[in-house]
Amino acid sequence: MYVAVKGGEAAIANAHALLADRRRGDRSVPALRLDQIVEQLALGVDRVMSEGSLYDRELAALAIVQARGDMIEAIFLIRAYRTTLPRFGYTRAIDTGAMLVERRVSATYKDLPGGQLLGPTFDYTHRLLDPGLAAGGDVASPLQRASEADAMPRVSAILAREGLIEPDGDMPQDHIPGDITREPLEFPMARDIRLQALSRGDEGFLLALGYSTQRGYARNHPFVGEVRIGEVELELDVPELPFAVPLGSARVTECQMVNQFKGSAKAPPQFTRGYGLVFGQSERKAMAMALCDRALRATEFGEDVVAAAQDEEFVISHSDNVQATGFVEHLKLPHYVDFQAELDLVRRMRAEHDARENGGKVEEKREAAE
Amino acid sequence: MTAQPTDIATYNFAYLDEQTKRMIRRAILKGIAIPGYQVPFASREMPMPYGWGTGGVQVTASIIGPDDVLKVIDQGADDTTNAVSIRAFFKKVANVAVTTETAKATIIQTRHRIPEHPLTSGQVLVYQVPIPEPLRFLEPRETETRKMHALEEYGLMHVKLYEDIARHGRIATTYAYPVKVEGRYVMDPSPTPKFDNPKMHRSPALQLFGAGREKRIYALPPFTDVVSLDFEDHPFEVQTFDQPCALCAAENVYLDEVILDDHGDHMFVCSDTDHCEKRREQGRRGDLAPETMEPTQ
Repeated sequence: MYVAVKGGEAAIANAHALLADRRRGDRSVPALRLDQIVEQLALGVDRVMSEGSLYDRELAALAIVQARGDMIEAIFLIRAYRTTLPRFGYTRAIDTGAMLVERRVSATYKDLPGGQLLGPTFDYTHRLLDPGLAAGGDVASPLQRASEADAMPRVSAILAREGLIEPDGDMPQDHIPGDITREPLEFPMARDIRLQALSRGDEGFLLALGYSTQRGYARNHPFVGEVRIGEVELELDVPELPFAVPLGSARVTECQMVNQFKGSAKAPPQFTRGYGLVFGQSERKAMAMALCDRALRATEFGEDVVAAAQDEEFVISHSDNVQATGFVEHLKLPHYVDFQAELDLVRRMRAEHDARENGGKVEEKREAAE
Repeated sequence: MTAQPTDIATYNFAYLDEQTKRMIRRAILKGIAIPGYQVPFASREMPMPYGWGTGGVQVTASIIGPDDVLKVIDQGADDTTNAVSIRAFFKKVANVAVTTETAKATIIQTRHRIPEHPLTSGQVLVYQVPIPEPLRFLEPRETETRKMHALEEYGLMHVKLYEDIARHGRIATTYAYPVKVEGRYVMDPSPTPKFDNPKMHRSPALQLFGAGREKRIYALPPFTDVVSLDFEDHPFEVQTFDQPCALCAAENVYLDEVILDDHGDHMFVCSDTDHCEKRREQGRRGDLAPETMEPTQ
């Protein structure tokens, strides 16, 4: 016999207690410390900071352990925290040309001022599992460069001297950069807003879209002009002070994609650019972002919009994994009120359908259906 | 790495910071000033997922004060898991009084239903809205639908309803049934069954709609005209049930179907659990009601 169910509250509390237990796992295994995650799962921490839009390694590590390693869940935890923080101001635009570079590679020049610098990369590693890591052996210290690195101008600046590449985008003097976390999105978007949305967009989604441009859905002939990873200075203008105040530094990955462009009614033949910038170290994300950025500039260059990656409303509306996971997973919530309404409609329509098929047996069918 | 768990992260009253609440209240006021118009707002991430009521929670968090009494329902019931979760959230972050009684609440946050007990002046009904745009499934582009609202260009919706009639002999929309507000904006009433649409019309309560993921707020001030779209020869009608609630014998209420066994036997019970309980307390008994009231927790 059915009685009105009570007890949801207790069920939820018990479920969460079980979750806490499963999260901790076997108690005889030492619990993870946040500094272990920060130090040894650094790229995971970087992804959570980047898509969580909050530069704080310790909080990102906390989110990762609380989320049991589920990255989107961790990103969600960070977003839900950062959104409650008041704004003190906006830093000056960072100067990636003055970056303290740890890695910088260019695919367009064999050598260039500042040189190629491989840095800490998975590239050219053989993907063979290393049993030595399981044993926890010592790791040798890396070589350090003997002298200060040479200045490392951005590759776009080098190409610009010949006038063959479009210049850095300019915004009008009085342009105030948008803030997607403070203003509702509106389409079409200014590029500064769009880049913000891409920078916190889901790595997998942007990767797939970027990949689709390479396979012919809005092909834009990309070359990696440069990828650089390193520390940049952050400076804040304080109204009372005549100079910008240094706040510290942040590690970022920047990708300048150089794209061939034959010219159109709107623009002369030249190299055009796609741009990617993300917190922490993630070349995959920065490169995918640059491919998407270039594809999304189609209308700016008078190109035909024929593929998903060029469709701003499609790309930006679906790039946020916190939004996407929420709405997909909300299908788990009860929908029985609506389902009841649909059930009633389908039963009636089905009864009418059967009546048409079978002639006079309407009433019986309806009885059975009720 | 030495931060204590207590000072690593802290939250404001009702979770949102005051600047954000002010921004949301401005959007609400604009919505009230233009009934049925979808006001874009800078929706925040909330500590529950998008699609799980973040719009409603933001609206509630922005208007709730320490003296409010909150009721939260999902599918009409106070005890569905998500309603329990949202109620617990406000108990935790705002320490407000909560109730399951419709008449005692000052703010009622809801998903998919309007309570059966008539709302009164001074109450606020906050709807959780997944897709605020009534034209969305006819035109996926926001740039287009905003234009259509601006020009009051609702032909597409009427064509859709007409095609339903041509194809199925009736308007085949059973929930999220579109309404026209004050003769101007076509509005999505959120996925409430169309059974509840008439309750919106000239309600003495303030009705606020929050869509977090889609970043829209809209509102119906008290006593606003809310008319379900229809045709003269196919007038709007609500669902009817052939039997009363099996627990409290209520008629003319919305019922849920409960499957009783693996032969497909079923019974119909009130979707509004508070309404059903109140009636049973008053001694009303349906066909399948237990002899005595089941203990409530």
